[in-house]
Amino acid sequence: MAKFELNTTKKQKIIDICESFGNKSSEVINVLHGVQGELGYLPAEVQELIAERLHMPVSQVYGIVSFYSFFTMEPKGKYPISICLGTACHVRGSDKILEEFKRQLGIGVGQTTSDDKFSIDCLRCVGACGLAPVVLVGDRVYGRMTVDKVKDVLAEYADK
Amino acid sequence: MENMINLTIDDKKIQVPKGTTILKAARSAGIEIPTLCHYELKGQGIENRPGSCRVCMVEIEGKKNLAAACATDVSEGMVVKTNTLRVIMARRTVVDLMLSDHPASCLICAQSGKCELQKLALDLGLREITYAGEQSIYKKDVSPAIIRDVNKCIMCRRCETVCNKLQTVGALSGINRGFMAVVATAFEQNLADSSCVMCGQCVQACPVGALSEVDNTRQVMSAINNPKKTVIVQTAPAVRVAIGEEFGLEPGSRVTGKMVSALRKIGFDYVFDTDFAADLTIMEEGTEMLSRISRYMNGDKDVKLPIMTSCCPGWVNFFETYYPDMLDIPSSAKSPAQMFGAIAKSYWAQKLGISREDLVVVSIMPCVAKKYECQREEFKVDGVPDVDYSLTTRELADMIKLLNIKFNELEDEDFDQPLGESTGAAVIFGATGGVIEAATRTAYELFTKKELGKVDFTELRGLDGVREATVDFDGTPIHIGIAHGLGNARKLLDKVRKGEEMFHAIEIMACPGGCVGGAGQPYHHGDFTKVEKRLKAVYEEDASKPLRKSHENPYVQQLYKEFLGEPCGEKSHELLHTRYFDKSEKSFGC
Repeated sequence: MAKFELNTTKKQKIIDICESFGNKSSEVINVLHGVQGELGYLPAEVQELIAERLHMPVSQVYGIVSFYSFFTMEPKGKYPISICLGTACHVRGSDKILEEFKRQLGIGVGQTTSDDKFSIDCLRCVGACGLAPVVLVGDRVYGRMTVDKVKDVLAEYADK
Repeated sequence: MENMINLTIDDKKIQVPKGTTILKAARSAGIEIPTLCHYELKGQGIENRPGSCRVCMVEIEGKKNLAAACATDVSEGMVVKTNTLRVIMARRTVVDLMLSDHPASCLICAQSGKCELQKLALDLGLREITYAGEQSIYKKDVSPAIIRDVNKCIMCRRCETVCNKLQTVGALSGINRGFMAVVATAFEQNLADSSCVMCGQCVQACPVGALSEVDNTRQVMSAINNPKKTVIVQTAPAVRVAIGEEFGLEPGSRVTGKMVSALRKIGFDYVFDTDFAADLTIMEEGTEMLSRISRYMNGDKDVKLPIMTSCCPGWVNFFETYYPDMLDIPSSAKSPAQMFGAIAKSYWAQKLGISREDLVVVSIMPCVAKKYECQREEFKVDGVPDVDYSLTTRELADMIKLLNIKFNELEDEDFDQPLGESTGAAVIFGATGGVIEAATRTAYELFTKKELGKVDFTELRGLDGVREATVDFDGTPIHIGIAHGLGNARKLLDKVRKGEEMFHAIEIMACPGGCVGGAGQPYHHGDFTKVEKRLKAVYEEDASKPLRKSHENPYVQQLYKEFLGEPCGEKSHELLHTRYFDKSEKSFGC
């Protein structure tokens, strides 16, 4: 993964987002939402800039980013894989499916493959318990997953 | 009275103003409810009451659930019970759960014996940890002054409140969630790399051993036991009115003579006083202040006012980090502790024929930031620091206990001379407003060439966070500002930066109350009346001194005659003055 570079365009984008929320520290969560939507993640340099624009300590910004699981400091892959570990999926063996994704991609939870293609995350229930165990790749839902199907799912994205 | 509420706590009928919490109502009636996360600096506008620890649970008649006393307001006719079996069992469960992931290393913890969690477990009679489970494994972070061992953090967030609200430094914040939740710096960087100014108020506030000062007692002990070294000690003014608390004496007990005696018993070759150097500081800072004010009054456009005090290392770190545009405003005078080191390792060492390498200077300070100050590069000569080690008041008490010295039974002894002589003006350096009062006593006489009738400038005293006063210099009004606590300093500095108000001189101390409320002082556990009593004792000590003005200190006069020449002269500039550095890259625009 190339090192994050806070170039002028990105910087201006962040400044604009802060501005659109009146540079108010009380709007920090909305600002973080907006910036992550724009950049995909929130590296340290970005949080420092946001703290400066909103006149608040960067420790408090980091406190919020590290608290909410929605926010991430790691860039996601082009095809983010989310494995549901909610109750229904869990009892149907989603932990084994997670292990298989980790094994085949050679990365852990919260990490991204070196070609930036895939990243793995876990989540708790997507409201499709009838299809358990469930895996999401981007917005696409794969129901009734099995360990054997992991290879096929990854293969679908091989040439993309 | 319609704004008063009547209620009953433990069968006691009490009346308190509307909006009072059950906790405060109980305390006003002398009923103690145990707390842990609650921390208040009364009169300073600082209160941490997240209601998160649930130790202060009480039973309210007619209510199904127990309520947290710190977070529940009183209401008319309320009947509260603070010590029913149900309440006690709930408290036990709460503390039991806290201990489930707390390291059971109490025997070797720096906070042992002073830990509020330990005291609760003891008071509640816990004999086993029912839910012993996993423990977090954060790494220990050691800055030049402060040790963070967040595996012991109980998320009371007192440190976060003092760092953000009292000091407006913002180095600390609650991070992560659930089991991994702790208070930490941004991106969990080391404290030394964060915006921390090392004031240490977080250490003073921490109820457990998650935050403590770096322990230098062993280095001092081994220096004392090295026959090649001459080891001398200096004691800051605020130490003598607080160290007695470590030996069960009342807050505000003045134990200067016992402290000197204890230091001799520990084995220091000479027991000197930072107060001597405080008088010296007034000579330098007072002269600089007068010169700047005179030039300003004579229409010199280049001169910058106000002049600001520079004794407090937390404050120096603060303005270097947050006000880099104002680095030319503070006095260039070093702190008394560093002036002492510079004089001891030049003038005094030469006088006694001791080489710089063989002389070890130890300072006893009410302060945590002094540990960093004495390590600053500009206070070293060929890599050897002017002050080798700085110990807190607490560390000195630890050494006294280690050597089985019966402090309370010691006879009073006097400091050694010449670096042990001081005036009352030096003593009040330990209180907010004291440095500027001491400077005023001297500056007045130098400016007006008249003798000061009354040396007590009571208009400069008190505990309001930001104070202003105009002192009449025989027809010339001198406008003075005072702030203690860095949040208050920020308020005053922002006024100066915006040009909203003109001051001739400003005194700032990082800790609430000044050095008497310093981070290195005995823990007050949120009882600010202890700090108030120490403050009172400082002024009593001042009043008891035969000499009350720094320029009257005979050994300071001798020092100028024999060695330094003139205040703010060439030699003084070389030894007693310093410069400041822009550290704003750590501030992130705050």
